[in-house]
Amino acid sequence: MSYSIAIIILVTSVATYISRLLGVLTSERLSSKSKVFDWFNYVAYSILAALMVRMIIFPNGALQDAEISSRIIVTIICLSVFVLTKKNLVIPTILSFLLLTIFVLGV
Amino acid sequence: MVNSKYFLLGLKSLAGGRSPAVALATSFIALGAIFKHSGFNLEQSVASSFFTYALPGQLVMTESYLIGASLINIFISVWLVNFRFYPMTVALMPALHHKNQPRWKYYISCHFLAVSSWLIMKEGYKKIDKRFRLDYWIGIGSGTLTSAVLSTTFGYLISDYLSNDLMIALGIVNPVYFLCMMVGAMTNIKTTVAIVVGGILGPIFYLFTPEWSILISGFIGGSLAFLIKEKK
Repeated sequence: MSYSIAIIILVTSVATYISRLLGVLTSERLSSKSKVFDWFNYVAYSILAALMVRMIIFPNGALQDAEISSRIIVTIICLSVFVLTKKNLVIPTILSFLLLTIFVLGV
Repeated sequence: MVNSKYFLLGLKSLAGGRSPAVALATSFIALGAIFKHSGFNLEQSVASSFFTYALPGQLVMTESYLIGASLINIFISVWLVNFRFYPMTVALMPALHHKNQPRWKYYISCHFLAVSSWLIMKEGYKKIDKRFRLDYWIGIGSGTLTSAVLSTTFGYLISDYLSNDLMIALGIVNPVYFLCMMVGAMTNIKTTVAIVVGGILGPIFYLFTPEWSILISGFIGGSLAFLIKEKK
């Protein structure tokens, strides 16, 4: 049986908010100078890095249709541009879109 | 209730050379188009981005809906994919604590927690007066959430004009933007280890356990970084 979309959206939102709320409750008695805070900090950065690299190497959705070599080349070029432009974020983001378009269209 | 000066300061982070707006817009435009093709109406698409506001979870929801998964399955898969918010919240909120701020503001404003807002806040919070960090955070979050909702609407409306080639190219923007922010955050050895190890392990573990790969990699990378002794 299929459920109504409204209920599915509600379930998804609750499942997502729970993690955010649990985080607030856990952190209520936590000092930003504590070791536990430090540990969570590095774990969070590490999780995000794992997620982002995974999204490039094993993407979901349309990005799967681009060659893995093109995805990796575009990412490396954009990261280099980011460093060279003294950490400007808008230029490499727009560039990533343009470069991958060129790769995909085979220009 | 909310200090307007700091709220606006947070909101302003959406402008300028470090703005997350482009990355947010492209990914939520693509999401809007996916919603349209999956049979959602505009109100449902907007509601999803407003109330869930977590792209990977919203994609899991859409896929689960299309294959007719049960509600409990949807709940568990979304919870697992968005569980990263738990360590992210714990790694942020203590820095925003102040005795003058009422608790309810924390319970509501944690909804703004997403990769974009989190990275901006982590980068800038030390420069903000501790009393008003929560208001600054609410400013950032209102801006990023609004961008996400507007982009979902826009993507839904123009979905017929988005070719598959364009959808592919839109897909790269989000991870590239966040990887740049990650590289920007590598200012000390511990954070660098956390990011590099997580980035290497993420795709490797994905081959063995797609659902748990991100959390396991993050746990290992973060713990290794934590154990490293920093030179003083």
